[in-house]
Amino acid sequence: MERQAAYLRNALFDQGYLDEQFLQLEDLQDETNPHFVEEVVKLFYTDSVRLIQSIELTLKNTPRDFEKLDKIMHQFKGSSTSIGAKKVKKECTQFQEYCNVGNVEGCIREFQEVKQEHAALKRKLENYFQVFHVVHVACKRSSLSHLHNDYSDAK
Amino acid sequence: MKKGGRKFSALVVDDDQVIRNFEEKLLARFELETKVVKNGEEALKLFREGYTFDVVVMDMEMPVKNGPEWYGGTCRPLVQATRALRAMGVDCMIVGVTSRGDGPEKAELEAAGLNCCWEKPLNDKIVRTILDELAKKSS
Repeated sequence: MERQAAYLRNALFDQGYLDEQFLQLEDLQDETNPHFVEEVVKLFYTDSVRLIQSIELTLKNTPRDFEKLDKIMHQFKGSSTSIGAKKVKKECTQFQEYCNVGNVEGCIREFQEVKQEHAALKRKLENYFQVFHVVHVACKRSSLSHLHNDYSDAK
Repeated sequence: MKKGGRKFSALVVDDDQVIRNFEEKLLARFELETKVVKNGEEALKLFREGYTFDVVVMDMEMPVKNGPEWYGGTCRPLVQATRALRAMGVDCMIVGVTSRGDGPEKAELEAAGLNCCWEKPLNDKIVRTILDELAKKSS
C-alpha cells in the first residue's frame, strides 16, 4: 500500500499535474498537522466552485466583461498556484491570454479545458489521499501495537 | 528565529483563503507569529488598533468589492495600501508577492514604500530571505 501511495504521488509529478509548490505543502505536514495537504486541497476545491460559477455566469453575459473575467481567473490561478496545480495553472494563463485579446470563442473553449484539468486533478488527488489514509492508519496501528508490546514486555 | 528572545511577527494580507491558509502555516513553520487578513483595509485597522508586526506580506492584486478607491484589479490596491501604511507611520518591512512578473508597477510600489516583491507563491526560500533581512535590521 505504501508503494502504491508513493507511485500515485510520483505519477502526479511525472505527468505534470503537480509542481514543486505541492512539495512545500508536504513540507508543512507533520505529526501536529498530519492531514495538512489534504485540508489545503479540500479548501481549494471548495473555494474554487464559487470562482468557476462566477466565470460561467460572466461568460454568459453579453457584452463579455473581459476585465472581470480576467480578474476572477487571476484569483483562481493564484489559488491553483498555491497548491501546485501545474496543468490547471497553464490553462488559466491561456484563458487570460484570450481575455486580453477579447477572443470570446477562445475563452469559452479554454474555460472547458480549465474545468477539465481542475476535475482531473481532483479525482487523482482524491485517489491518492484515500490510499494515503490507509497507509497512515496502518502506520499508526503498527506503532501503537509496538507500544502495546513494549508495555506488556515491561510488565 | 528570535529577536532578543521574542519571535518575529508577520501580517499576511491576501484575498484568497487557500493562500492565506498556506502562507500562515508556512510562516509559522519558520516560527513567525502570524496574523492573516483579507485586504488592505483590514490591515490598516489592525495597525490603528495598535498591533505591530516585523513584516507585512501582501498579495499584489487585491480588489475590495465595497470600496471604489480600492477596486482596480491591478497593483493599485497594493500601492494605496502601502502608501496608507507608511503615512500612518508604519515603518516595518512590507513585501509584495505577485503573479504578474516584472512591470512598471514595481517602481511605483517602491516609491510608495514597498521594500521588495517576489513572484508568487511564497516559499521557504523567500521566507528565509525575509528572516535574514529582519535579523540584519535588528542587529
